[in-house]
Amino acid sequence: MLRDITLGQYYQADSVIHKLDPRVKLGTTIIFIISLFVFQGAWGYAVAALFLALVIKLSKVPFQFMVKGMKAIVFLLLITVIFNLFLTPGEPLVTVWKLTITKEGLRMAVFLSIRLGFLIIGSSVMTLTTTPNQLTDGLEKMLKPLNKIKVPVHEIAMMMSIALRFIPILMEETDKIMKAQLARCADFESGNLIKKAKSLVPLLVPLFISAFRRANDLAMAMEARCYRGGDNRTKMKPLHYEKRDYIAYAIVACYVILGIAAGKLMPLLVSGIIQLV
Amino acid sequence: MPIILDKVSHVYGQDTAMAVTALKNVSLVIPDGQFIGLIGHTGSGKSTLVQHLNGLMKATSGSIYFNGEDIDAEGFDKKMLRSKVGLVFQYPEHQLFETDVFADVCFGPKNLGLSKKEVELRAYEALKLVGLEDAYFYQSPFDLSGGQKRRVAIAGVLAMKPEVLVLDEPTAGLDPKGRDEILDQISRLKKETGMTVILVSHSMDDVAKYVERIIVMNKGSVMYDDAPREVFRHYQELEQIGLAAPQVTYIMKDLQDHGYDVSDEATTIEKAKEEIKSWFARLSAVGKGR
Ligand SMILES: Nc1ncnc2c1ncn2[C@@H]1O[C@H](COP(=O)(O)OP(=O)(O)OP(=O)(O)O)[C@@H](O)[C@H]1O
Ligand SMILES: [Mg+2]
Repeated sequence: MLRDITLGQYYQADSVIHKLDPRVKLGTTIIFIISLFVFQGAWGYAVAALFLALVIKLSKVPFQFMVKGMKAIVFLLLITVIFNLFLTPGEPLVTVWKLTITKEGLRMAVFLSIRLGFLIIGSSVMTLTTTPNQLTDGLEKMLKPLNKIKVPVHEIAMMMSIALRFIPILMEETDKIMKAQLARCADFESGNLIKKAKSLVPLLVPLFISAFRRANDLAMAMEARCYRGGDNRTKMKPLHYEKRDYIAYAIVACYVILGIAAGKLMPLLVSGIIQLV
Repeated sequence: MPIILDKVSHVYGQDTAMAVTALKNVSLVIPDGQFIGLIGHTGSGKSTLVQHLNGLMKATSGSIYFNGEDIDAEGFDKKMLRSKVGLVFQYPEHQLFETDVFADVCFGPKNLGLSKKEVELRAYEALKLVGLEDAYFYQSPFDLSGGQKRRVAIAGVLAMKPEVLVLDEPTAGLDPKGRDEILDQISRLKKETGMTVILVSHSMDDVAKYVERIIVMNKGSVMYDDAPREVFRHYQELEQIGLAAPQVTYIMKDLQDHGYDVSDEATTIEKAKEEIKSWFARLSAVGKGR
């Protein structure tokens, strides 16, 4: 049941994107997200769409798989679109009963859904092609300079990777406990809100107990292997930039320039052509 | 009530790169009152199969009939099914949640909408059936030992008075004494109530002693489905799929190979003892005859 959520899940494949240094992927994702808010107009988004399509193609992750993971977010997207569609003041386009769709509202709704959609797909490309461990390794190395101002970067990264590692385990556990209670005719669906909340007790109590047990076991196992924080700790797989990583950075730079240029220049070009004609 | 499985298949993660076929065309008939052992190597699909029996999992293809009705049909009462087919999961003690043992056992019958009196009566009976002492009834389930917790969890399912009881590796992680106690209790339960019991295990020794029919699973298919004796005849094939016949079967086979005229059909220590005794009797009879 819960396994269908693919957001934040790793998809094993042999592709260039998978092989990239996690720092490149993290950086690119951040730049991509910012670019979605910087780029202007339809042309800018066209460039972003092209870039995203290229990355997805290279990543060898089936597009269907990505979309399936997005089902949970469709609801959020829908609400945003509806609110923008009806509540943006401006030049009225259609009026149904008391609701008015304005030109500005329509524009806003379209752009917002594109932005949100791209944002989610973009970040899920990163999580689908990078294992949680690589991700936290990359993050740790990127944030290393903060160590100088006494930020415990290694500890934070360690906590993050443990938390990420535990998500699928806890999901599996939830699934198991849910089934065990269903086998005792538990009812998680019917009734009003209070009754529903109450019906979660048989699920949550065992889940918390098992989470604490696991955390305790893990702490014990780390202790037994003499684990201690970050100072002078070496990595089993240290991160190194390769040629492909520099190429990736170059491509991203091209993308940003192209996107900004397209947003600014294409409308001018188009209006110029129209004037000429 | 009989359960019939008709060409049931189950694929985990269908339409993804990680699709795993856990069940392949499994067809079985489970009549009333049988004591069945379901055996297979790790990952052979036992747990997947038993979760189909009470409708917790939906077959990817094929159908399951409970008392002649298709359980996936529109409007079929799944809750009723789950109360009739009681499923005890692997490590069931992880599902305990109430503040005391008695309340936890009440959870199942309470969900059936019974009166408070009936619920408590059933809970009491179930706890008695699994042999838990009264002193523990009002303790926190988390303060009990592993074996006691497991009894409480089994009682939690028994309290719904199922007609079919399915136990997924009820002895996993218990010491030999705890294992024998639980299995003896289950076998007594079976005799007293006459319900159908399906015991999932990967130990032949455990199962041989109790059941009247063994279903061997291999890689998602049913490999053998027969009386224990008949199944153990294929001990070489069983070894190839990571299982083994009970140890006494090997002893009897060894005796045969060394020229002793004993039958190799004994599957429990008791039967083997009788067989060897009767061999001595025959021997001395022959001796006297001379
Ligand atoms: N939730 C799941 N998602 C994907 N694959 C699964 C899932 N559960 C089980 N499998 C796979 O299905 C197959 C059968 O698993 P199952 O749990 O039914 O085996 P089992 O016979 O109960 O094994 P065990 O003796 O270890 O309990 C295995 O190959 C397993 O990897
Ligand atoms: Mg299992």
